[in-house]
Amino acid sequence: MTCSDFLQELTDYLDGAIDTQTRAELEDHLQWCHNCYVVCNTTKMTIEIYRDSKLYELPEDLRDRLQAAILSKCKSHKNGCAETPVRRRSSRSKS
Amino acid sequence: MGTIQPKVAEPSDETALVHAAKAGDISAFEELVKRYDRNVFRIAQHITQNREDAEDVVQDAFLKAFQNLANFQEQSKFYTWLVRIAVNEALMRLRRRRPERMVSLDEDIKTEEDSMPREVADWAPSPEQLYTQGELKEILGKTIQGLPPSFRTVFVLRDVEGLSTEETADALDLSIPAVKSRLLRARLQLRERLSKYFKNRTGGDGKK
Repeated sequence: MTCSDFLQELTDYLDGAIDTQTRAELEDHLQWCHNCYVVCNTTKMTIEIYRDSKLYELPEDLRDRLQAAILSKCKSHKNGCAETPVRRRSSRSKS
Repeated sequence: MGTIQPKVAEPSDETALVHAAKAGDISAFEELVKRYDRNVFRIAQHITQNREDAEDVVQDAFLKAFQNLANFQEQSKFYTWLVRIAVNEALMRLRRRRPERMVSLDEDIKTEEDSMPREVADWAPSPEQLYTQGELKEILGKTIQGLPPSFRTVFVLRDVEGLSTEETADALDLSIPAVKSRLLRARLQLRERLSKYFKNRTGGDGKK
């Protein structure tokens, strides 16, 4: 197995979506190829750090406001009314 | 080396909620909104990279879902169907904001070379030891912004939101090989860029 072969299988390997024999071949490659070991390890860390980072969490006050706006629009739609535009907070409105 | 586990579980009562919402029960739809608004916001913010656009996408995606519930055939999970609507809304806003650049999920950018690893230093100490939480968020946000939208979207659905390859393909109308190819390249490109911040610098202080 070459390093290029290893890279092609990396996603399936990290996702555990790989057959036993290919897994054994990949792990054999990892035993002696330091570069692929590092790439594999740091790719796994990349996924984990994005998954755990809570980047772009929805703040509770904004969440409440969005939920109220969504439900108001849905009720208007159900009742056959025209949708009313939802006003943004004044601090973000354009002058 | 362990594998990455998906984080989204299917709630058992979801079908009942969807049926009730289809019958016009707003409180059932409200429950679906509460269940998935955080996810939709994250996806929208990742794609648009703009807070106001993400807020609009959340509202428009749920309203569209409500308006079109009768057309939801339930061949996929409600969440996958909702994600499909949200991604389309987000891409539409991105196109409006960047009319000078084509924004498409079909683009298959550059050659394989852009994903070939060049940085092969391990990350030590861990990023959490090197940077504060605020600094880390800034680095992660800046780094993912540099990915083409088509790669960013696949990475966010698969690795941040935990959709399966099949669900991601379904939500984005892509083939499974296309999802896998983009995911691999997104992961490798992010790894490469993050390595500049996190790589082991023996003898240095680790920070730029």
